Amino acid sequence: MLKKIFVWFLLAVLGIALYASFGRAPFGENRVGPTDNPATVSAFYLKNSPEKLQTANSVTAIVVNFRGFDTLGEVTVLFLAATGLASILYRKEDEEGEHLPVRINLPASSIVRTGAKILFPLILLLGIYIFVHGHLTPGGGFQGGSVIATGFLLMFITYRRFGTNHKVMVWLESLSGLAFVLTGLYGLIKYGSFLQNTPDVGHLNDLVSGGLIPLIYIFIGIKVSTELTNVLDTLMNIKPKKR
Amino acid sequence: MTTFILFLVVMGIILIAAALYAVIQKDLLYAVLATGVVSLVLSVFFYLLQAPDVAITEAAIGIALTTIIFIITIRNTTRDEDIYSEDLINRFKNKEDA
Amino acid sequence: MKEFQEIFLRYHALLQAAVYGSAVLLILIGLYAVLMKKHLVKIVIGLSIIESGVNLLFVDVGYISNHTAPIFSPGYEHAADKMVDPVPQALVLTAIVIGFATTALALSLVIRLYRHHKTANIEQLKSLRW
Repeated sequence: MLKKIFVWFLLAVLGIALYASFGRAPFGENRVGPTDNPATVSAFYLKNSPEKLQTANSVTAIVVNFRGFDTLGEVTVLFLAATGLASILYRKEDEEGEHLPVRINLPASSIVRTGAKILFPLILLLGIYIFVHGHLTPGGGFQGGSVIATGFLLMFITYRRFGTNHKVMVWLESLSGLAFVLTGLYGLIKYGSFLQNTPDVGHLNDLVSGGLIPLIYIFIGIKVSTELTNVLDTLMNIKPKKR
Repeated sequence: MTTFILFLVVMGIILIAAALYAVIQKDLLYAVLATGVVSLVLSVFFYLLQAPDVAITEAAIGIALTTIIFIITIRNTTRDEDIYSEDLINRFKNKEDA
Repeated sequence: MKEFQEIFLRYHALLQAAVYGSAVLLILIGLYAVLMKKHLVKIVIGLSIIESGVNLLFVDVGYISNHTAPIFSPGYEHAADKMVDPVPQALVLTAIVIGFATTALALSLVIRLYRHHKTANIEQLKSLRW
């Protein structure tokens, strides 16, 4: 009873404090300022993204180039989560023998099976399109990787015997993560700072523009897609305990 | 302009209703599906606020992947919030058989 | 045009309440689930709802009225003055992916705890208490 009163009081105070403090920044007010003479960080990024980097998608330019080190941290956090999940759900008695995991009890109907076979390559194509064109249209490595993982999930649910080669996925994931770090080191050795872009950046709205930005996003796209597929594979193959 | 305001208000009401349902419902499968509805409405909200990158990310991650990992967890633990351990499950099963 | 300005100014309070209010209410509902519920999966659902609310609050702060998405398509190369703030969107992109990673790890811990203790109620997990 006392706990209930405490919790309601805490929620009321928190709600009033949050709403009052964010009410001081009115919704829709222009806090960016003029972009000709940049006075804020956002105006500086909006000015330099088409001029200095020739990149059409300014959010991509911020995530990969202006704040590229934070993206390296995020890729590390994803890697830690996937590895931690696989190691927490590990069981020593899973090593003996090979038996089919009890994934689904009833086979899917023929409509679902035919539809999944047709849709799977189209979903993969959509995901690859999203992360290859990350610097021209809304999209990028994380979005394309998640779409590809959803395509693999469709196949896992529909077919009992569909499995991915675990070794190939693990090698692909590690190699693309390594390629991302090596690109940053290339920038360090040749131009002076980690993840620095090349001086020749092409023209705006070309497919090959923005220097190293599309290359880095392709590596991130491959890494995220194989990582999320590994997470789903681990979770789907939890074998029930032998009694 | 007024259609924009109307859209945002209606989406906000659906958002809060789905979140309340997710927290109050005792059958965990329905609560997980309500969390998926919260992510869906949030993705439309992000698109209306002129943020297409964020909308694609929330749609791809929040709707499909989060829902499936919750469902796999429910399969490996219990489905009902009030029947939370194995001896409670056995007691209910024996009561039904007897 | 002038009528639209008047309508917008009159309903501005409603708009602000709708957008900021729904984000703050999401955070409060998720926090209630984390504090008061007993089943482990319900607590992780609450955590996921809190993260959705915080991300919505971020993107709300970055919106500017009558401006458009920060992408320089062909034909709009000099429209940088009419674009929405791109920095909160970059932050929220990272936050959504990290939120998913946190939820996946928390759920794997829940599965392991259930396997070991045969119960999913936090009041019965007593071995760490003194």
